[in-house]
Parts: sequence; structure tokens; C-alpha cells
Amino acid sequence: MSLVHEIDYGTPASHSEAQVTITIDGREITVPEGTSIMRASMEAGIKVPKLCATDMVDAFGSCRLCLVEIEGRNGTPASCTTPVMPGMVVHTQTGRLKDIRRGVMELYISDHPLDCLTCAANGDCELQDMAGAVGLRDVRYGYEGDNHVKARTNGETNAKWMPKDETNPYFTYDPSKCIVCSRCVRACEEVQGTFALTIEGRGFESRVSPGMHEHFLDSECVSCGACVQACPTATLTEKSIIAIGQPEHSAVTTCAYCGVGCSFKAEMRGEEIVRMVPWKDGQANRGHSCVKGRFAYGYASHKDRILNPMIRENISDPWREVTWEEAYAHVASEFRRIQYQYGRESIGGITSSRCTNEETFLVQKLIRAGFGNNNVDTCARVCHSPTGYGLGQAFGTSAGTQNFDSVEHTDVAIIIGANPTDGHPVFGSRLKKRLRQGAKLIVIDPRRIDLVRTPHVEASYHLPLKPGTNVAVLTALAHVIVTEGLFDEKFIRERCDWSEFEDWAAFVAEPQHSPEETEKFTAVPADLVRGAARLYATGGNGAIYYGLGVTEHSQGSTTVMAIANLAMATGNLGRPGVGVNPLRGQNNVQGSCDMGSFPHELPGYRHISDDAARDTFEKMWGVTLNNEPGLRIPNMLDAAVEGTFKGIYIQGEDILQSDPDTKHVSAGLAAMECVVVHDLFLNETANYAHVFLPGSTFLEKDGTFTNAERRINRVRKVMSPKNGYADWEVTQKLAQAMGLNWNYTHPSQVMDEIAATTPSFAGVSYAYLEEKGSVQWPCNEKFPDGSPIMHIDGFVRGKGKFIRTEYVATDERTGPRFPLLLTTGRILSQYNVGAQTRRTENVVWHAEDLLEIHPHDAEQRGVKEGDWIKLASRSGDTTLRALITDRVAPGVVYTTFHHPDTQANVITTDFSDWATNCPEYKVTAVQVSPSNGPTEWQQDYEELTRRSRRIAGKLEAAE
Amino acid sequence: MNVHVTSGVYAERSLSIIQELKHLEGPMLPILHAIQNEFGFIPEEVKPVIARELNLSRAEVHGVVTFYHDFRDAPAGRHVLKLCRAEACQAMGGDRIADRAQQLLGIDFHQTAPDGSVTLEPVYCLGLCACAPAAMLDDEVYGRVDEHCLSEIVAEVRR
Repeated sequence: MSLVHEIDYGTPASHSEAQVTITIDGREITVPEGTSIMRASMEAGIKVPKLCATDMVDAFGSCRLCLVEIEGRNGTPASCTTPVMPGMVVHTQTGRLKDIRRGVMELYISDHPLDCLTCAANGDCELQDMAGAVGLRDVRYGYEGDNHVKARTNGETNAKWMPKDETNPYFTYDPSKCIVCSRCVRACEEVQGTFALTIEGRGFESRVSPGMHEHFLDSECVSCGACVQACPTATLTEKSIIAIGQPEHSAVTTCAYCGVGCSFKAEMRGEEIVRMVPWKDGQANRGHSCVKGRFAYGYASHKDRILNPMIRENISDPWREVTWEEAYAHVASEFRRIQYQYGRESIGGITSSRCTNEETFLVQKLIRAGFGNNNVDTCARVCHSPTGYGLGQAFGTSAGTQNFDSVEHTDVAIIIGANPTDGHPVFGSRLKKRLRQGAKLIVIDPRRIDLVRTPHVEASYHLPLKPGTNVAVLTALAHVIVTEGLFDEKFIRERCDWSEFEDWAAFVAEPQHSPEETEKFTAVPADLVRGAARLYATGGNGAIYYGLGVTEHSQGSTTVMAIANLAMATGNLGRPGVGVNPLRGQNNVQGSCDMGSFPHELPGYRHISDDAARDTFEKMWGVTLNNEPGLRIPNMLDAAVEGTFKGIYIQGEDILQSDPDTKHVSAGLAAMECVVVHDLFLNETANYAHVFLPGSTFLEKDGTFTNAERRINRVRKVMSPKNGYADWEVTQKLAQAMGLNWNYTHPSQVMDEIAATTPSFAGVSYAYLEEKGSVQWPCNEKFPDGSPIMHIDGFVRGKGKFIRTEYVATDERTGPRFPLLLTTGRILSQYNVGAQTRRTENVVWHAEDLLEIHPHDAEQRGVKEGDWIKLASRSGDTTLRALITDRVAPGVVYTTFHHPDTQANVITTDFSDWATNCPEYKVTAVQVSPSNGPTEWQQDYEELTRRSRRIAGKLEAAE
Repeated sequence: MNVHVTSGVYAERSLSIIQELKHLEGPMLPILHAIQNEFGFIPEEVKPVIARELNLSRAEVHGVVTFYHDFRDAPAGRHVLKLCRAEACQAMGGDRIADRAQQLLGIDFHQTAPDGSVTLEPVYCLGLCACAPAAMLDDEVYGRVDEHCLSEIVAEVRR
């Protein structure tokens, strides 16, 4: 094993079609027009010395090391800023160039410490490499006089010297090692788009400054790591490199946080992870990362991880550690006993969107083939199930239509109910890059998310709608497009059913759907709606990106259909730059849906009543499958409370914290006789578990994740599972204990079974993924290279379907007792219920959930910044602290759900999407009042948590 | 990742200046000049206000302000004396003039006299190379500066 090496071409690739041929050091090379001489040289295998150039940012031309001579031209131009011209003859090594380079290096080194042997970058330092490359032998200027290197010079304190900034938990900034190449500043601007860094001062005084000469932690920095990656010296260095040393081998794998699915190199020393570095060839992230994927992997070795299986008779007992064999035998006999006693339908399972496709496939196989019922569901139930339903109805597939690269061709982006800079940061950065190039932005969100106005990005329209009125706003947009004749008739006639369009057009054109009418209850000014509709319909390539603010409503599915209608009516489908793009929350939520995790669908979205599909699996598995859909998560819990559902296998999901109406979830779990939780940590659900099976992290197993753009990415094992077994092995042992004859020895065999049974995966295999890096489904005979963009010549279902979208207000209404609307969301540094990120240094950015409240509402209630407040709804109440901000409109409050002690879901109701039961997290009528401490529920729950985490023979596990 | 709260008297007063000039093409430098005219320096608390109003980051504003020596981070003395330290003036005895000026005023370059009368600054070329060594007191330039001329200037600023 060795390090995965990536070539740095020095400047970004040119995408020009025209080709230019030049001669460099006697070698002919043909490159696209606009390519720099530096890049052309590297492509010919000739390394021109360089310091300020790297291919993640545009050429800058400041280091004066990459100079070349060009025949017929005066002087020594910089190869990074000089584009190739036909017939150019370039020399990269001449006597004159050598002298210049050595002279430049002398100047650099005269103000740089000479502690290479003890420097953290030793072995990975471009300055050191260049000193070697140019043959630097001595520095004539000496090391006395003005410098940034020494804390004291000639016995006096050196005002130019700055101490190391170690405030960021993951990397350090050592100004004494800085060569002021500006790579970090440019990476922050061009790649991340935060503009948190600058060069302060001028000339010899120049230094890199976060914010206004602030500490990194206090500055605008979002800790994405791009600057650290760009730094050619030890100035910006991962603390893990300082602590451990340089890695000796690496493997390409996929991040296990959000649905962007970034590719990373996991750089290792033995079985210890040294750092995660985004992989340039990763087609989702193109070499970029966020604070979670780049740095927040510490949970994998956190002391809270449970490494031995545990059993207990009652949830009030302490846990008892047992052998794996005992655990499997116990679960198998309990499940069989329950089925014997209460019937075949009395048990079920939940697959995980955090686990691999292969693991998810095996869990649903265990349930369908082993339990003999279809009581399988997944956490997508509570996030994107309406996407599955809505897009399935409109287009015929349950997935986003584009790849992430598509955003580079977008002219108008609509963001609805999503907050990419926090929830999907790498996509957020790619979108911001496009917006800085001139694309327009429309934000539809009750809250003023960062994208509405952030350095160098400003939305053309922000439609701050009242939570719960998505359908009305989208239908009003359609009203404007139809009544003002802005629809794309040619596209609709070719691709869609014209009579359905006419019916829909007549519906949306009705006067009650006009922006002026809907303004009365959406609170969005009519002129904004009209302006936004005109911009989307006529502004060029229009792309819609949406998130859980669309789906987690009682009309989630209707909203998804309304989005599909808008895209079809304006012809914004089937080519780069357009489309309908759900931003998936979890790393493998797309994959878990693809793998047949829903009670009514077999892998590949084929209904369980479809005889042909069932037949494929029955033959492969040698069983008879039930042709009736099983229970969804809420139905399982209802059935448990009623006494007909008694056992559940939950892999990698914390339904107690993430599902709505916590009290109902806990009542359901408490009524079961065998709750099996398979997870990394004793999560909140495990408080109600009888069996705990330790899980493994993404670093400890092979498999695949499918991201939001349908991209199947490899996950590679870089360390042995600390708990002994990868999750797929545990599921297999469980299946064997239940009498199933499973004998997989590697996840690739599971993928082969998926490919053999599921038409959209027919062309996928580990060998193919090894060759291609990744592939976007459908990948089969018809699309052998996969499908970056769907519906190119026609919709999967044939004709695109326009569906009427009647707005029906949710039953959750404000009134005198609950006058405010609560909506929920996420923050950049934390992920989901926080089980992973709370166990990393990311807590420095977000130590607790806060309630955002408008100054007007706060004043009325006598609430001041930082006060404890009680947040009450019809379902329950909780306490948290207040953050007063005008990001939310009067009448709306907002919080995140990353911390278990906040218990935001005690507040949320059990209303849900009419089609898919996706819970209505985004709208809850609440009241806010001053408080002086935790509610009774929070105190009781804390006590329960403490008691239920006792392990016999061990000290109490600390959260 | 954090919210920068901007308040204070300078921030409030500069807001109207910024709003008046922000429509200009490339508004940052005119705004900074106007603010320096108003307060005599660029107060730290004004930078986030400019950033917010122009939709830039704090870092960017800081980078521009610190790049130009003319923008001060603290008020200057009542007078500002700039002595040219560039090549032509050095060749014509500028070093001696500089030493003498520091001696007479009792301060180093970049310092303000304790009585607040004058701030001494180096400058790199006033475009008066033909009349070197050159100096500038407030907005008025002086050529062929010698000891006599210098003592007149010092007397002027001490008045």
C-alpha cells in the first residue's frame, strides 16, 4: 500500500474545444486553448518549479519561480499566467532561469525558519521541494535583520513575529512559516467562497489575516480545510499531522455525512487515521470538503463507542455484556418466539441511510426473506419519502435529475426549503461559485438563510413564506408562468401529455392562485412572486434545488409535484444546468431507498405487488414473498402501542430522537418485547432496547454509498472494525442464526446480487467501480456509462405528468395558546441528531441548540438574548436558550435538533404527509415563555437515560 | 460561523457616509477616504459595517485598509510631516534630513509628538525628484529641504 498521489497541474484545466500545439523543452504537446504553459508542461511530464500556483485556484503569478523563456519573446514570463499560443517554443531550464530561481529562493529562505527536521510538514513541503529543485545551497543575505521568524532578535522582542494561532480545533496557523503565496486566501475565496482570509499590510509587512487580524476561531472561517490543503508549507497544518506525523498509505473512500457524498483520501499510518483529504477526482466534490467530512471523524475512536454486544431482560436493568454468539442466539430465539406467539407480522426492521447499500440490501432481505413479512422501513420515511412519491408520479423515477457538475451551467437557481451552506456545504460552495460568475438566485424559505445575502452573493428574490404554505407559493409561481404565457410550449408538446398540461394550466390560472390572492395567507408580497416567476421562466437554464423544507410537511408530496410541474412547464429538464434536485440529507439516503427499504417497494422501486419483480427475488432467494406492503415506521409504533407489534431490528438509526412526537415513539418502543439496536453508540433509542449490537464506522468496512446525484461511490475499509465485525457481517450472522443460508464473504457479492436483480443497477460491479471511480444509476445495457443527467430524450415514465396541486392548509394551526410557528433546520458544524459530530471538536461551534426568535416576538414576551425559555406545543414542551435575530420573520421561531437534551421532537406533532407519512417537522404551532430550567420531561428523560446506560461491571457511561 | 455585532458611535456615523457612496462603481476607496476625512482615521468598528453594506467579508475590507499606508488606524497629530525616503532624495542628503527631523521633533517615524502637534511619516516619492530632498507638511510640498527649511517647518508645527 502507498499514498494515493495526485498530480498538481498548477492551474485549472481549460474546457476549450480548440486545441493548441506547442513545444516545451523539445517535446510537442497539444492542449486545449487557454491552458497555461505551466499546465501544458505538467501534462507533458515537465515540472516547472512553482510555489504560488496550484490547480485548485486560478493563476496568480506572484512567486516568480515558474518563469520560462519563450523563443521570440523578451523577458522571462511566468508560466502560470501565460497561456499557450500555437507554435510557441518554450524552455523551462536555461542558465538565466536557474539563476533567477535560485535568487528568488534565497530571498524566500532568508525569512523562513530552518527547522525542517522538526517541522510538521517535513516530507510534505513544497518550499523544501523547491529549494531542492532549484539547487539552493546557501543564503547570502543571512538570517539577521528584519524577519518574521524569531520571537526575539538581538535581545529585543521582534514586533514582526506573530505567535502560532491554535484556536481552530483542527489546524494551526504559524505566521512565522508563511511565504505569503496567497494560496490560502485564494482557496477561501475561489473554492469555498467564504472570503474569510486576506493579506494584510503590504511589502515585507504582508501577512495572512483571518478576518480583521482575528484568531481563526473568531473570524468568518468555516473550517472547510481548503486553505490547509492549499498551503505549500507548514503555515497551515492539520493538528493531527503535528501529533502523528506524515501518513504512509491512503485509500479513496466516501464521506459518511451528508448526501453530497464527497470523495476523500483517508490518509493513514498503520490503522491510525492521520487525516482526511478531499480527492480531486471525486466527481461530487471536485476536491473540496467541509468541516464535517474533512475533520470530524474523531467519533470513530471515541470512548463512548460500544464494542461488545449487550443484552438485558428489561429496559430498567443494567446492560450485560455477552458474546456475539449469545447475542445472535438471543435475538433469533426472541424474534421466533414473538412470531410464534403474536403472528408473523409482529416483528420488523428499520434500515439505515448511514450504512452501505449492501448492508441496507441485506437488512431488507432479512426482513422479507427471513421474517417473512414486509415490515421494513427506513429513515427516508422522515425526510425524502415525498420526493420518492412526487417525482415517481411526475417523471417515473424517484431521484434527482442532475449531477452536481450541472450547477456550473445553471443561470437561475431556485433554492426551496434547503440551506446548502449549512446542510450541504460542498454543494453550497459550488453553487456560490456559479453565482459569483453571474447566475441568479431565488430563495424560497421562511428564514433568511446565508445564501440570501453573503459576501459576493445576493439573491435576486427571497420569498419569506409562512411555514406550511409551500404549495400555495409554488402554484402562484405557476400561475404567473401560465397566465403571462412564459411556458415552453414546444417542450411540453414533445415531452408531456398536452391535455394534462391544459387541465393543469386551467387549474393554476384560476384567480384564487394568483400571487395577489395567495399573498393573504403566504405573507409573500405578490410582486416578489411575479418577479421570481419571470426570472425562472425566462432567465436561461433554471435549476431547482430543494431540501426537507419541502418534504417535511403535510403537503410534502404535493410540493414535490408542484416543483416538477414548474420544471416541465418551463422546459427545464433533460440537459445540463437545469432539473429538479433534491438535496439528500444523509450519505446514503438515496441508496437506502434504491435498495428496497420501503415496505411497498422491492429494490429498484418496483412495487411489492409486481409479480415479475417478486418472482426475480423469490427465485434468487428461494422463498415466497408476501405481496402485501408491510408497516411503515409510524404504523409499527401504532401497532406496538396496540399490542400487535412486538419486536424490531433497528440498524443505524435513532428513531427516538429523529422521529416526530417523541412521547409516542417512546411509548411504542416501551411496549415491545425485543428491541434490537445496532449502532455505534448507546443512542436515545437504545434507552428502550433489550439487545445492543455494536456497529462499525464507514472507515471499517467495504461497500458503496449512493449520493443525492445517484452516484454510486465506493467506501473502502481502512481499519479493522473496533467492534470486530462490519455491519453487513452482523446482519448475516443474525440471518444465519434465524436459519437463513447466507454465505457472503465480501460486500462485492452483495452488489452482484443487487445487479442481478435490479435493472437500474445491472451494469454495476466493484470491478466496474474500480475502473470508473464512480457511476450514476441507471447503469445498465441502455446506459453503460451510467446517467449523469436523466430524462434527456424523454421521461422514464414516457410522458411527463402534470398534476394539480391544490393547497390545503395543515391542520396544525396557530391560535391564542400557540401563536408562533416553529420550524427546524441544521447548522454547518453539526450533523443530524449529532451522535457523531457531538463527539468531535465540532462542538466548539455549536454547543447547544438555540431558539431563534424575532426581536419583536421576544420583546413581547420579555425574552432577552441568552435567556432560558420554555417552548411549548400541543404535543409537549422543552426548554432551551434564546437567540434574538431578524433572520426569522415575526411570528416564526426556529431551532436545530442536534442535541438530545433539547428534545425538539417532543414539540413536533404527529401530523404527516398525506401520501407518504413523512412527518410535518417544519410546522408546529408553539408558544414561547421565559423559564428558569429544564421541563419535567427533560428531567425525567435525563434520569431514564442515566439509568438505561448502566453496564454491569462498568462505571456509568458518560454522555 | 459567528455573528459579528457592529455597534458604537463611529459605526453609526459612518453608516450614512457609506450609504451615500455605495452606489459608486468601486465604492470602497471613496468610502474609506470619506471616513478618514470625517474621523481622521479608519476606526476598527467601521470595517464590519463597510463589509456588511458592500456585501464583502470583514477580511476583504481589512485587507484593503491595511494595504494603503494613508489609511490610519489611529488619529494623527494636528499636522502630518512626510519626508521622502526614496532613492533620489536619499542621494541628495535625505538621510541627514530625516535624522535631523527626528532629533528636532523628538520622535521616530510613525510616531506622534506627545503634545499631539505632529506625526512624522516616511513617504516613498512625492514626484519631486528634481527638487530633492522633498517633504510634505499636511497638503503642502517643500523642495530642496535643508536644515533651515526644516527648522522653519518644525517651528510651524510647534506653534
